[in-house]
Amino acid sequence: MKRTGAQILWECLVREGVTTVFGYPGGAILPAYDAMLDYPIRHVLVRHEQGATHMADGYARASGRVGVAIATSGPGATNMVTGIATAMMDSVPIVCITGQVGSKLIGSDGFQETDITGVTLPVTKHNYLVTRAQDIGPAVREAFHIASSGRPGPVLIDITKDAQQSSCEFDWEQAAPKPHARPERIVNPDSMATALQLINSAQRPVILAGHGVIVSNASATVREFAERAQIPIAMTLLGIGGIPASHPLNLGMMGMHGEAWVNTAIQEADLLLAFGMRFDDRVTGNLKTYAPNARKVHIDIDPAEIGKNVPVDVGLVGDLGTMLESLLPRVAPGGRDAWLQHINGMKGESAVRDIKNLPDDGHLYAAHVIHDLWRATDGRAIVVTDVGQHQMWEAQYYHHDEPRTLITSGGLGTMGFALPAAIGAKMARPEAEVWVVAGDGGFQMTMPELATIAQEKLDINIAIINNGYLGMVRQWQEFFYERRYAATPLLSPDFVKLAEAFGLAGAAITRRSEVIPAIESARQHAGTVVLEFRVEQEDTVYPMVPAGADLHAMIRRPSPLVETAEDA
Amino acid sequence: MKPHTFVVTVEDLPGVLNRISSLFRRRNYNIDSLTVGHTERPGVSRMTFVVLTDTPGAERFAANLYKLVNVISVADITNTPAVYRDLAMIKVAAPQERRPEIVHLVEVFRARIVDLSPESLTIEITGGEDKIDGLLDVLRPYGVLEMARTGRLAMTRAARANASAPAPGPVADTHDPQVSYSV
Repeated sequence: MKRTGAQILWECLVREGVTTVFGYPGGAILPAYDAMLDYPIRHVLVRHEQGATHMADGYARASGRVGVAIATSGPGATNMVTGIATAMMDSVPIVCITGQVGSKLIGSDGFQETDITGVTLPVTKHNYLVTRAQDIGPAVREAFHIASSGRPGPVLIDITKDAQQSSCEFDWEQAAPKPHARPERIVNPDSMATALQLINSAQRPVILAGHGVIVSNASATVREFAERAQIPIAMTLLGIGGIPASHPLNLGMMGMHGEAWVNTAIQEADLLLAFGMRFDDRVTGNLKTYAPNARKVHIDIDPAEIGKNVPVDVGLVGDLGTMLESLLPRVAPGGRDAWLQHINGMKGESAVRDIKNLPDDGHLYAAHVIHDLWRATDGRAIVVTDVGQHQMWEAQYYHHDEPRTLITSGGLGTMGFALPAAIGAKMARPEAEVWVVAGDGGFQMTMPELATIAQEKLDINIAIINNGYLGMVRQWQEFFYERRYAATPLLSPDFVKLAEAFGLAGAAITRRSEVIPAIESARQHAGTVVLEFRVEQEDTVYPMVPAGADLHAMIRRPSPLVETAEDA
Repeated sequence: MKPHTFVVTVEDLPGVLNRISSLFRRRNYNIDSLTVGHTERPGVSRMTFVVLTDTPGAERFAANLYKLVNVISVADITNTPAVYRDLAMIKVAAPQERRPEIVHLVEVFRARIVDLSPESLTIEITGGEDKIDGLLDVLRPYGVLEMARTGRLAMTRAARANASAPAPGPVADTHDPQVSYSV
């Protein structure tokens, strides 16, 4: 039976398991939108195409399924670029569909024509320009395979208007992705043996758990590995949730704003086991002095990551969970009490984690808010953060015990990510409690998506940490630019009135004592509540490793407050 | 750091060269030469790259190429016995009285004269880069008016057909014995 290209598109999406798409219509994608009405698809109308890509991204990160965004040609497509780059850096499987001008018009600078496959080439895993109806099915099926296999990532399909309109025979089976010839890789038994020898002989090993732990669904295997060998675990920002924060071997987050004992443990280690992470500069600090005494074993699914930033002794390329399962039976149990006690000792001495000791002087601190949010939600919410100080405080003070409960833009550091990504997360997991934690700066970048929330009648709660500054930039200016606050003081709208204007509830909180009641009432409220927390303006995220500095050269909290392990 | 020679086969589709050159630009690879052409297989193009890098860099170069969906095979043949060829066309100023000297040089280098004009000769030469550079050196005093070179083509010395491309089935690990792969 003949179908139009637009019908083939939706037929393929539905058969790939898509139920929800995030998009914005326009001229070149109109045939696809018209056909959409005949398929069981929930379309979420966004307010800006960037939002569509972040929603698809949040959907994918919350569920592990492929997220789908759709937009028209030209500006619709270029507006997607930031969201695509965000997904690329954090290895998130999304498929973006864009309309394109008619194939005869391509190259003529037609109305709303942009070479979007050219534009997105460096920020997609792969992309397609489809000019014929019969090529749509194979492109969509292959796109889903590419987006979700190996190291996941974004794929874009640009479909000309005439390809959507014209008709052809369609056969699902024939549209199956043809395998791309690849030499089969096999694990060298010698590498495995060397890795095992390094693991079994290490006195002071540390596991570096990255996003790959979550993407590979390897949380349980990593735990089993760590428990068996008694190896402490440090997490990257995107690794948070991969190992329960409450697990006794879990040290917490490493890197620029990681706690002192975590970074010190890495610097003192004699073996680093990098599991599904890529030694980002925010994690290593100065590469020349990074973990100077440590041998390194790197397990990653992407061979191009092995040895990219940090030379390694053994690189094992493959799925993390599978690789660990084959190592596990030969890993010698336990016997690292001295090392673990040493790290615990450092933890006790660290002058940090002062929630209980922050002065209760009437000021509200972001750390209070995050800590109280963690307590009030029992640590079980999906928290979607923006980028900046609040993001680091969230990582430090909200203790995630489950994978896929912290959704944050790590690699690209995309401000404006939180609100749309939270919409995607809520659509993927409607039963889950979803919180946005955003700063006043990033929130204003994508706040029109409040209208999307209202239109879709979603129940997402939003905590805006309002300090009146672009806080993280202000912090850098404080440390490195003599407090010359160029362009960081920030005027915000009245967020309560703003929420009301969108038909949502809102409240402003200025005192510590109001925090938990406000969170509780937002949780009780059916529908979205915007909570504006007016916090201390010039608060600073500690500890901090200045960009490019040695990982152990942390700027510590200035107050002499002593942390005890039980605060952590 | 030394020149590494890669033989890469790719699907012959629009935009593939762009994907590859975009990868080089983005990852800041230093490409010495690049040739593209058809192969014995329809729908498959063959590229030869010369890249200045170290051994780990060469391995990541290959790994990054494999991330491109349209790349079929990547072989670093730097340490494999192989035949290298470059082709150049050199237009050299050749007044009547100096022609015999130039023709003699062409014979010595086993090059060919492929075009003549009253004022110039066009010489075609194939061979390794050194040989072509040598001819260029001796022609330069006469006045090189124009030159075009293809860049390096390479083929490994082996009985097996298409030996430059990895054989089907499991392959040996990369040069670094401590890096191994499974998919």
